[in-house]
Amino acid sequence: MEELTYIVKRILQMIPVLLIITFIIFFGMRLIPGDPALLLVGNRASDEVIAATRARLGLDEPLFTQYLLFLKQCLTFDFGESMTLRAPVTELFAQKAVITVSLTLMTIVFAILISFPLGYAAGVKHDSKIGSFIDSLSLTFVSVPEFLVGLVIMLIFALRLKWFPVGGWGDTLGERLHALILPAFTGALGTAALVLRNIRGNVIQVLDKDYVDFAYSKGLSPWKIRTRYIFKNVLISTVTLLAMRMTYMLAGSIVIESVFALPGIGQMMLNAILARDYSIVQATVYLFSIIVLLMNLLTDIAYSLLDPRVKLN
Amino acid sequence: MAEVLLEVKNLHTDFITEERTVQAVNDVSFQIRRGETFGLIGESGCGKSVTCRSLIRLVKHPGKITGGEILYQGKNLLEYSEKEMRGIRGKEIGMIFQDPMTTLNPILTIKTQLVESLKDEKMTKKEKEERALELLRLVGIPSPKERLACYPHQFSGGMRQRAMIAIALASRPRLLLADEPTTALDVTIQDQIIRLLKRLKRELDMSLVLVTHDLGVASQMCDYIAVMYAGKIMETARAEVIFERPRNPYTYGLMRSIPSIAQKGKKLYSINGAPPNLNDMPKGCPFSPRCEFCEERCKKEMPPLVQVEPGHFSRCHCAEKMEHIKGRTRPEEGGALYA
Repeated sequence: MEELTYIVKRILQMIPVLLIITFIIFFGMRLIPGDPALLLVGNRASDEVIAATRARLGLDEPLFTQYLLFLKQCLTFDFGESMTLRAPVTELFAQKAVITVSLTLMTIVFAILISFPLGYAAGVKHDSKIGSFIDSLSLTFVSVPEFLVGLVIMLIFALRLKWFPVGGWGDTLGERLHALILPAFTGALGTAALVLRNIRGNVIQVLDKDYVDFAYSKGLSPWKIRTRYIFKNVLISTVTLLAMRMTYMLAGSIVIESVFALPGIGQMMLNAILARDYSIVQATVYLFSIIVLLMNLLTDIAYSLLDPRVKLN
Repeated sequence: MAEVLLEVKNLHTDFITEERTVQAVNDVSFQIRRGETFGLIGESGCGKSVTCRSLIRLVKHPGKITGGEILYQGKNLLEYSEKEMRGIRGKEIGMIFQDPMTTLNPILTIKTQLVESLKDEKMTKKEKEERALELLRLVGIPSPKERLACYPHQFSGGMRQRAMIAIALASRPRLLLADEPTTALDVTIQDQIIRLLKRLKRELDMSLVLVTHDLGVASQMCDYIAVMYAGKIMETARAEVIFERPRNPYTYGLMRSIPSIAQKGKKLYSINGAPPNLNDMPKGCPFSPRCEFCEERCKKEMPPLVQVEPGHFSRCHCAEKMEHIKGRTRPEEGGALYA
């Protein structure tokens, strides 16, 4: 019951945060020079056409009225039509979100598959050559920018070896999964390197804890000690980091989607910003903010489930 | 005399790094008999904890047992495989640690940690739970049924120490290694835990290795005592003998350092200096730089551990010079030297 009250309270606390976000994104977009109507119809259009377009887009209304309209849209989740794409924004978002969310999930899975075993090994063997090798390798991948890694990976696996498509999205499920592998791998490397370092540090710390020695002195099997004593304790802080990286990935999808020409949210955002498509940018930022806030809440819930010392209140 | 349960012969444990090798335990030998409490005492860093951990081969990295024998019921544990050692740990030799705050896994319930220590595979789940309950009762945890489902952070320090003891005793080991079991507790709880250990030892017919720097605790509990310094045993004898007739300046120094009411108003005694750095050991007797009996010979030659009277061994060139010295009589049950 206490937990439920806490969750409701947290959701209510999101309202002021979201309100501030709507304010920043609405007025922020309008501070960027460039008139969406002009960009839509082109430089050579007559003044009447431009004025008519402005009226059609609702840009001739007073700014405050436009803001209120946006707030109404935020409440109903109906963001009207895109200024440039002539389709309902909510529908566009849903379509593109499938790609970005699948990309993010696959990226997380890859990151976990890479970082968990390597991080654990690097922690256990931290004073051996293998340990320091993994450690320096991870440091490299923390530092190299994603777009560069993406290009190199593309060059090797798509252009040379032709194992994967250079970019784009497929029609069938198989094609789509195939198309996601390289971008997901690219995105995973940076996160995996960070998570690996976090796990390594935690493993070193936990290995030094008396409860691990106590577990050995009880004659428990190494498997039990690794899972129940070391890994579960390591996981507590790693889950927080993973969740933080997941929100970062959603937001960072712009870079990877551009490199691999994936028509996801990131690409849509980029195009919308260039075309000053206010409706898409506003809606996307707003919806993303909700996702990020919800994920933070989920992280806190997961944290309390993993660590009995943490209570939701 | 009761039979020998564990015999340590010429044990060497070194900490080996690329730069150097540190001899933390240097040629240590002793015996523990059935039902006996054996105390390893000395200052911090003298090797008593490492000796204790060596007994179940749980020396922290980069420590390594490099020589000697550990004979448990006649069999050399150093020849056992890691898997065979798992059969010894918990079941034959259990261990409890200093800090109850950090010795229990914070994310498992007390019940889980108790049940997983029960190594009898024939037991059903229900029987194991029964046994877990019984164990909590045995160590005197009130309302054990409710406590089983608790996590360690919901326990007080004393209760955690009791729970740790219950877990270590789950599979009824014949020998319990207690590494400073009372050091992290406040004095009233210390006394309770000492009484508890004494009772359990009697009831379960266990032997006990007690590692402590607290002579008061040692005098209350131990049958035999070995005083360690810089990785070596300096003096060993029955507890009452050591307390009455110390024949090693280090032991004597430790005893004189205990404040007592009789010396009220006088300046507290302390041994000058600090234990030597194990990287840079003095030539000769390791205690010589701090010793008030020190002679020229002590600075050059390591004294051997010699018998000064039957069953009483001391590592000192000047042991005879100490014959007139009286130690402190062993305090009464419950009364502590540190009172």
